[in-house]
Amino acid sequence: MTAPAPAPDFGRFVAASAAAGRLVVQPRMGFGDPGRMRAGLARTRAATAHTAGTLTVDSYTRVGDLAAARAAVAEGSRLNGYPIAAHSPATTRAVLDGLFDADFPVQVRHGSARPLAIVRALTAAGLDATEGGPVSYCLPYGRTPLRESVTAWARACELLATGARPGAVPHLESFGGCLLGQLCPPGLLVATSVLECLFFMQFGLRSVSLSYAQQTDPAQDEEALRALHRLAAEFLPDGIDHHVVLYTYMGVYPRTEQGATRLLEASARLAVRSGAGRLIVKTTAEAHRLPTVEENVRALETAAAAAALAGPPAPDPAAEGGGEVYEEARTLVETVLGLHPDLSRALPAAFERGLLDVPFCLHPDNAGRSLGFVDPGGRLRWARTGAMPIRPDAAADAAPLTSAGLLAALHHVADRYDSPRHRDRDSHRDSGEGHDRPQATPLTV
Amino acid sequence: MKILLSGTASDSHTWNLVYLRLFLQEQGHQVVGLGPCAPAELLLAGCLRHAPDAVVLSSVNGHGYRDGLAAVRRLRAEPALAGLPVVLGGKLGVAGHRQEADVARLTEAGCDAVLGEDLDALREFLAARARKEVPA
Repeated sequence: MTAPAPAPDFGRFVAASAAAGRLVVQPRMGFGDPGRMRAGLARTRAATAHTAGTLTVDSYTRVGDLAAARAAVAEGSRLNGYPIAAHSPATTRAVLDGLFDADFPVQVRHGSARPLAIVRALTAAGLDATEGGPVSYCLPYGRTPLRESVTAWARACELLATGARPGAVPHLESFGGCLLGQLCPPGLLVATSVLECLFFMQFGLRSVSLSYAQQTDPAQDEEALRALHRLAAEFLPDGIDHHVVLYTYMGVYPRTEQGATRLLEASARLAVRSGAGRLIVKTTAEAHRLPTVEENVRALETAAAAAALAGPPAPDPAAEGGGEVYEEARTLVETVLGLHPDLSRALPAAFERGLLDVPFCLHPDNAGRSLGFVDPGGRLRWARTGAMPIRPDAAADAAPLTSAGLLAALHHVADRYDSPRHRDRDSHRDSGEGHDRPQATPLTV
Repeated sequence: MKILLSGTASDSHTWNLVYLRLFLQEQGHQVVGLGPCAPAELLLAGCLRHAPDAVVLSSVNGHGYRDGLAAVRRLRAEPALAGLPVVLGGKLGVAGHRQEADVARLTEAGCDAVLGEDLDALREFLAARARKEVPA
């Protein structure tokens, strides 16, 4: 008699991998066609890497236009993701059949501001791990009012926490460490991840992950990831399963294959040395178009190989003091928690008063008074902080932001990695020292 | 010129919009920004309310063709906007290369130009419209 396969458990899978010294790597992959989606998952599972699978949802489903998603499926149009609410639960189960198990958890990635239909569809198909957050996928991108997103996310959390199959431990990852992807100084990214995970817990989740997206400077990124660990330990109660997930650079990506590969490898080393349990990879196709399955598999294997060669995590150089990113993030978290014990009230209140303020964010519920810049050493700093309880950098230039300055800042990382001069420093530790950087870059403010 | 700048209905990208606003302002244009994820109805309402001299639609997420077609059809269905210049730029599909059949259908539906990512072409498109505005 065969025992039933143990239930896949996203958090436990990452924890067990970390205990075995292996970084979990995960693609961002979604196809409209169930057959292609299944093939993508099968190839991800078979990759020479410790992988988790991904169903990335298409953008019609993400904005709640299920009619458009269904119409596209009916017409056979190619979509930019898997329309989980347009396909039946049976179709999704067939996509997962024989692939999704304790050795291969699958996460649904979407980041919708109104995620109920997606959460209903994923639980109906037997899945229980997803991603997003009331702030992190409302403010930076769409036009859903923040209060509506908070209400929708509270209900989605409750549904995920209670609606998953018996024995499952549903997992929710905050997208808070990404916000607009680039040019947001790390303190706000770290604070948003912590606050969203606290929000998820308030509405019933017991297993969460805190995200952070690689930015412009390896040393600053390491500091941010350590701050995330430390704040998670301080603010999440005992018994809440959690891990840290790093995203390979989310902004403008290097155009050359070599530059793109080096940036991916640098993110894998950063993940290992700062104790992240999981890495969301990028491909060499990123600067040009949506990647193929093969390109995703290559990225997973490249990242896994770089991680395996990276050696054990380094001790935390700021273990005693905390550091600048930690102090800034802690101040933001405490300020928001001080507004109201219920985060579904505290978060909108914080944005209303500009106590949280995402730079370059066009959403009407964001104060829009903060601004980030890349300093001459390559570190991200605040030029303006608006009403946030943190100070801007005194050295910030007061010149107005121009399109050329913005473009240079957006391309700062890509240009550095595409530069032929970068080639010789491959073996350097990404510590921020020894970088052959171009001169001071340019996000003038 | 007064330009209405907007993302398309299912497209959440904003760096393109942040950049284009600065770029258009530096060309001397006045910009009204609708932001990302603007459904066709909102775009229509924005055009009627702000009476722009041109509409710039920008799409990155691979649904530029579908969303752009719906948007331009909605605008052209409104008689008051029959002569409003509309330009679509960015990515039309997920394939990574331009599909000429998509461009032709967008043009048939009333798009004055479909530009890809060429900012010089956008500058020239707007400059040509601006000259027409000047009375003889």
